[in-house]
Amino acid sequence: MPKAICPECGVDVEIPEDALVGEIVSCPDCGLELEIVEIAGGSVKVRVAAVEGEDWGE
Amino acid sequence: MVAITMVYDQLRPEERMLLQSAEKLGVDLIPLSASELTVEVSSREKPSEIGDAVLQRCVSYFRNLHLTAALEAKGMPVVNSFSSTLTCGNKLFVTLALMKAGVPVPKTFVAFTTKGGLKALEQLGYPAMLKPVVGSWGRMVAPLKDADSAKALFEDREYMYPIYQVLYIQEMVKRPPRDIRCFVVGDEAIAAIYRYAPPGEWRTNTARGGRAENCPITSEIEELALKAAKAIGDGVYGVDMMESENGLVVHEVNHTVEFRNSVPVTGVDIPEKILEYVISKAKR
Repeated sequence: MPKAICPECGVDVEIPEDALVGEIVSCPDCGLELEIVEIAGGSVKVRVAAVEGEDWGE
Repeated sequence: MVAITMVYDQLRPEERMLLQSAEKLGVDLIPLSASELTVEVSSREKPSEIGDAVLQRCVSYFRNLHLTAALEAKGMPVVNSFSSTLTCGNKLFVTLALMKAGVPVPKTFVAFTTKGGLKALEQLGYPAMLKPVVGSWGRMVAPLKDADSAKALFEDREYMYPIYQVLYIQEMVKRPPRDIRCFVVGDEAIAAIYRYAPPGEWRTNTARGGRAENCPITSEIEELALKAAKAIGDGVYGVDMMESENGLVVHEVNHTVEFRNSVPVTGVDIPEKILEYVISKAKR
């Protein structure tokens, strides 16, 4: 299973095999919501997920 | 087989539901994060990663609108269209389109300064509502309870980005503590929900914790929702209405509908209906 590093607490976050860019995962340690920004082979980059942008909506 | 590209920002429950429906229907739905997309607009060639039609699911309004413009210019069918998205993304433009089509709307004024806003309130009376013309999920929607608080809010706006200085001021419609969201796909009203404001909140937006309940589609709701959707153009919409003392009024038409809370309460497979509609628009 690919892994990413939580930018807040530094622990490994397991990423499901079928995950896509833009998907939200939770850090198992600190609970922070993380957004997948890049998937390249087994390497996955995440950032703290935005909760609401100024122009977000329906 | 027809290939549909779903462009998105964050993969929310809605986008996951669409992918599941596509699998069930045997539709080739390709998820594509807008963050990974580059479109050459000085060429008519379509990007190689884009299928026969595009399902637009970006949660960022400006990204949604501009990406739709770029893809539609290449002859791609995009749901919703640029024109619909442009209109729906601005509450004033929606109100004007609804008015033109004879759809009842709440009494509404537009003004551009504190002085102009207060003048509108002399006619509307208090309480009234101040809404940003661009914005969603009830963000920055404020009740105007008296002239002092209205003046303070208007003055705040003078320090904000110019789009927020367009003052869209609306009567506070006397309604039950709920409103109605009717989902329209093409020329069909497929489902409706009541949206109840959560405790301690007057906004009914489900993104703010509003509760969804099934709403039977009466002939009045259906007729009004279809008329409102037609006023914007062919597409997929969430038409929001309020039960005023003088009957239903439409206050908003949404272009990138969220349905995670509506599918369980209505029992209607909204993502499936949306996909079938997009397929019908795809070039074969």
